[in-house]
Amino acid sequence: MEKQLPLKQLHVAAGARFGPFAGYDMPISYPLGVMKEHLHTRQAAGLFDISHMSHIEVCGPQAADLIARVCPYNASAQPLRTGRYTYMLNDRAGMIDDLIVSRLGDERFLVVANGACAEKDLAHLQQASAQFDASVTHIPRVFLALQGPKSAEALAKLIPSSGTLVFMQVTELDDGTFLSRSGYTGEDGFEIGLSPDSAEAFAKQLAGDPQVEWIGLGARDSLRIEAGLPLYGQDMDEDTDPATAGLIWAVPKELRSGGSYIGAEALSDILDNGVNQKRVGLKPQGRAPVRGGSVLFAGEAPDAAEIGLVTSGGFGPSCEHPVTIGRIDKLAGSAGDIVFAEVRGKRHACSIEKLPFVEHNYFRGG
Amino acid sequence: MATTYFTEDHEWIRVDGDEAVVGITDHAQEQLGDIVFVELPEAGQKVNKGDAVIVVESVKAASDVYAPVAGEVTAVNDTLEGEPGLINDAAQSDGWLMKLKLDDASQLEGLMDEAAYKAMVG
Repeated sequence: MEKQLPLKQLHVAAGARFGPFAGYDMPISYPLGVMKEHLHTRQAAGLFDISHMSHIEVCGPQAADLIARVCPYNASAQPLRTGRYTYMLNDRAGMIDDLIVSRLGDERFLVVANGACAEKDLAHLQQASAQFDASVTHIPRVFLALQGPKSAEALAKLIPSSGTLVFMQVTELDDGTFLSRSGYTGEDGFEIGLSPDSAEAFAKQLAGDPQVEWIGLGARDSLRIEAGLPLYGQDMDEDTDPATAGLIWAVPKELRSGGSYIGAEALSDILDNGVNQKRVGLKPQGRAPVRGGSVLFAGEAPDAAEIGLVTSGGFGPSCEHPVTIGRIDKLAGSAGDIVFAEVRGKRHACSIEKLPFVEHNYFRGG
Repeated sequence: MATTYFTEDHEWIRVDGDEAVVGITDHAQEQLGDIVFVELPEAGQKVNKGDAVIVVESVKAASDVYAPVAGEVTAVNDTLEGEPGLINDAAQSDGWLMKLKLDDASQLEGLMDEAAYKAMVG
């Protein structure tokens, strides 16, 4: 039995079609349909209910030390009221989950985790917390994302101070609402963590704005693929190290050769031995979408070498062509070269592309 | 006089003598959402009842379409190659998928009529 979102009735009333994701019965699409939802988000503002994601607060005199133990970065140097993309590693340097960790105070951090990983993340943090003077608490919240070029204008009507934030800055409002200028579409936008009691009225007001439409997980996926953003469970997992996943940029250089975080030794060994795969964008030459799981080959012939794997893919409504993310052997090609993806027994030519497919449109101030 | 039958897998088949046109139902296209690609069989291909012969891809996912009965593919709807969204606009008319020459008309007996199909999808 799937868990239900606190605002489920609002989505039912908006005509949502539901499907299971991360243990929740989630809105997959609304009457607008995935294609128009996607384009609306790029042109105006899309409202997403992402309450399947988990909010975990880490508090106490050694909160920064605990974060720096489970995530490969120096949390004590993280500026106040900023968010940071990071991940937790196991002792093989496999990825337990990818996260946004925000610093709310000197001794207070908010970890936003993927819904499907919520329980194991909480357990991992709690286990690690035994060595530190820090508490780990799950915070029940309604979590909304407002994404797109009209987001700032729409949100300013409800939260006038929201416009002062720039990309990856966060704040807390007097009523405890968590606000972050970030998202998962490549567009400017916000993520808003609300108390379940006050969330319904807020969501209704926001959804009532003429610039704003409810957007389901279907369009969330096509938006994030176009933006070249990885999805945990598809593009990486516990058997994927961050270098192979193309996410090593999130580890500061001085921590790549060792550190006191979990997985430091394994990650340093992996980097010393040389990573032999890289993450690439792929543009199928035909109209057939090439989705996660397709095997990549150097050529069309049956005996052509296997060179990699598609991790995510689908159709990109803004690109107007299929869009795919995969991992290939480092020497198998670079931007502009052609590789072949096998879909239902047929080889489909794909050009290697630089990610993202759609330029990011984050608000960095000025 | 043509008769239209429906399958539990949300295909329709309009039969006139031993010739038939096959597509997916309006309910099916609604469930799939925006269709972006269709992989059709070749004319001349023999299909068995229940074979996954066509793939319809929406933004979200790929879905198989099954042959409702056995037969030979006599034509496919080439328009869909450039205009797959036609299935969303007109699933049960211009958005047809393939034409079949039936092997055995008695295979139609287990299929539903429109009233029964509508009752099934609610």
